Amino acid sequence: MQRHLISAADLTRDDAVLILDTAEEMARVADRPIKKLPTLRGRTVVNLFFEDSTRTRISFEAAEKRLSADVINFTAKGSSVSKGESLKDTAQTLEAMGVDAVVIRHGASGAPYRLATSGWIDAAVINAGDGTHQHPTQALLDAFTMRRRLVGRDAGLGQDLAGKRITIVGDILHGRVARSNVDLLHTLGAEVTLVAPPTLLPVGVETWPCEVSYDLDSTLPKSDAVMMLRVQRERMNAAFFPTEREYSRRYGLDGDRMARMPEHAIVMHPGPMVRGMEITAEVADSDRCTAIEQVTNGVSIRMAVLYLLLGGNEPAVTHSRTEEK
Amino acid sequence: MSKILIRGAKVLGGEPQDVLIDGDTIVEVGAGLPAEGAEVVEAEGKVLLPGLVDLHTHLREPGREDSETVLTGTRAAASGGYTAVFAMANTFPVADTAGVVEQVYRLGQQHGYCDVQPIGAVTVGLEGKKLAELGAMHESAAGVTVFSDDGKCVDDAVIMRRALEYVKAFGGVVAQHAQEPRLTEGAQMNEGVVSAELGLGGWPAVAEESIIARDVLLAEHVHSRVHICHLSTAGSVEIVRWAKSRGIDVTAEVTPHHLLLTDELVRSYNPVYKVNPPLRTERDVMALREALADGTIDIVATDHAPHPHEDKDCEWAAAAMGMVGLETALSVVQQTMVDSGLLDWAGVADRMSFKPARIGGATGHGRPVSAGEPANLTLVDPAYRGTVDPTGFASRSRNTPYEGRELPGRVTHTWLRGRATLVDGKLA
Repeated sequence: MQRHLISAADLTRDDAVLILDTAEEMARVADRPIKKLPTLRGRTVVNLFFEDSTRTRISFEAAEKRLSADVINFTAKGSSVSKGESLKDTAQTLEAMGVDAVVIRHGASGAPYRLATSGWIDAAVINAGDGTHQHPTQALLDAFTMRRRLVGRDAGLGQDLAGKRITIVGDILHGRVARSNVDLLHTLGAEVTLVAPPTLLPVGVETWPCEVSYDLDSTLPKSDAVMMLRVQRERMNAAFFPTEREYSRRYGLDGDRMARMPEHAIVMHPGPMVRGMEITAEVADSDRCTAIEQVTNGVSIRMAVLYLLLGGNEPAVTHSRTEEK
Repeated sequence: MSKILIRGAKVLGGEPQDVLIDGDTIVEVGAGLPAEGAEVVEAEGKVLLPGLVDLHTHLREPGREDSETVLTGTRAAASGGYTAVFAMANTFPVADTAGVVEQVYRLGQQHGYCDVQPIGAVTVGLEGKKLAELGAMHESAAGVTVFSDDGKCVDDAVIMRRALEYVKAFGGVVAQHAQEPRLTEGAQMNEGVVSAELGLGGWPAVAEESIIARDVLLAEHVHSRVHICHLSTAGSVEIVRWAKSRGIDVTAEVTPHHLLLTDELVRSYNPVYKVNPPLRTERDVMALREALADGTIDIVATDHAPHPHEDKDCEWAAAAMGMVGLETALSVVQQTMVDSGLLDWAGVADRMSFKPARIGGATGHGRPVSAGEPANLTLVDPAYRGTVDPTGFASRSRNTPYEGRELPGRVTHTWLRGRATLVDGKLA
């Protein structure tokens, strides 16, 4: 494992499988009455959020607290950042207070990379989403969810996603989730197809390790998992598509379309969902939709990442079990 | 002023010759000239060029003296072998009146390191709406002949047409920063494979090419000449080549960094590589080199764009666009064009002195190295190999993309009208 987690593309297959396996161990902790491990006791983690993202921040916070880390939450609003303080000064100020890891969400692509590589700070850096670049823990929790559902909770241990057909639908251009997922799923051996109107695909997508299609209906029967990405309504103001209705008609997932998926196939959504836009309530609330599970799995994945980056080489759960005895 | 004898220099890369300067003028060029009464500069193995001329420099004064002043910028120019620079108009206040251009011109004269020829804004405040007083700037002491809204594109076709027509009355030229604004909203880097991966807003080649195509057609229609700033794509080369073949009066420049660097460097997210137009692909770089060699691109211009450290020591999106270039330009051109065999030193003199002086109307610069000509000269040691160390820059800013990179060649001496501004690599 590396010192930082900046991009899903930095993970080898073995790194990724190790994180998924560790997350399964962490998930078992969540099934206990006391959902807490002493692993990161005495370590301080700061959640440095320059962009609003309540769900990601809470997920990291829950993971940090379950590992007994001391948690500092920093949001840009009302802080010195809004008064013009630079990223460098903010990070150095926080590190001066004795921080072991920085979980950063930033609107600028590459900000976590800069933080990790510019010599500004020594702490481990975990990317919690940067601009339209990467969101590696999201990709990991998605892969975790797929492995559980498509391979099996126990059968999946040590396994990757070889041969699984994953379709990702929606705003690929402005999305960091799709980029991270393409990288990680490719590393894990899955076959990825991106589906979007051409306007919402980046120039250069042809070099990505995946297929690209403009046609959702022909892709659905060949999918083991269909991941719907949020499409912001404001995009239509910039002529990315004509109207909300037309978008849902061509690229939204409703009950009829879901019926065309293989029986075992799942529907995924990283949230927040725009019901009526990319997904109908019928699909969102169906048993095949894993949106809520993904949230639960997110905590396990983030625990695993924090543990592996900060917790040293000792086994996480076995160690704590011994302590509990 | 005393006599100077430059002994054994390869004039424009040719056979070694002696060059005798008396006062501000070259008085004799030949073999075995007598050294009596002259200060001798031994130049064996070195190449003597006419003083370099930069048609595209940002000196930042007035307004951003924290990044550069006319003094520090012209010292950087002298260090890089330049004897004349054209100062871009995007200062604060904008150089859109006779008053501002005269101030910049006089500061250059006063400091004496390098002639400063101000460029006037095409439109008031660079806003692209209303023509600035182009005639007044031309008639001022600064004698402006080049007009540019550089940093912004004159995107309104009618304003561009009028500007092209209007400056014909006094032999002016409009230098266009070709960037279609709507296609480049939020643009952070070249649009392509790398931008798709990095999630940075794309600056598509077509945003440059469509403006160049429009402007060469406008220039043809109104029988004007047009100059294209910092051409950066293979497609732009094709358009300019086509325009020249039709007899359209167009000239174009390329920056040193576009001859060497590609958008792959942006993977570091280090804003030292953030520049406008952005670094392009390897294919573009090769097309630009070829075009500079065959004359499709007329000149090298630095687009020297100093920025204070804090404007680069940050995340990519927050960083300023631009690189300093005056002190490394000749080395980059040597590496990309001379050492690669695409251009000889006479070609370098043509692309970095003769032609930029002619396009900008810089009288006294870009002249042959021969008796009777003004002694504006640059002496280069092409055998030198060194690593770029920005702490040694004369520029007030350090935002170079070449830090730590080995580049060939070094300017050892620069003479501005017979006065040494650089001696043995040190400012005089």
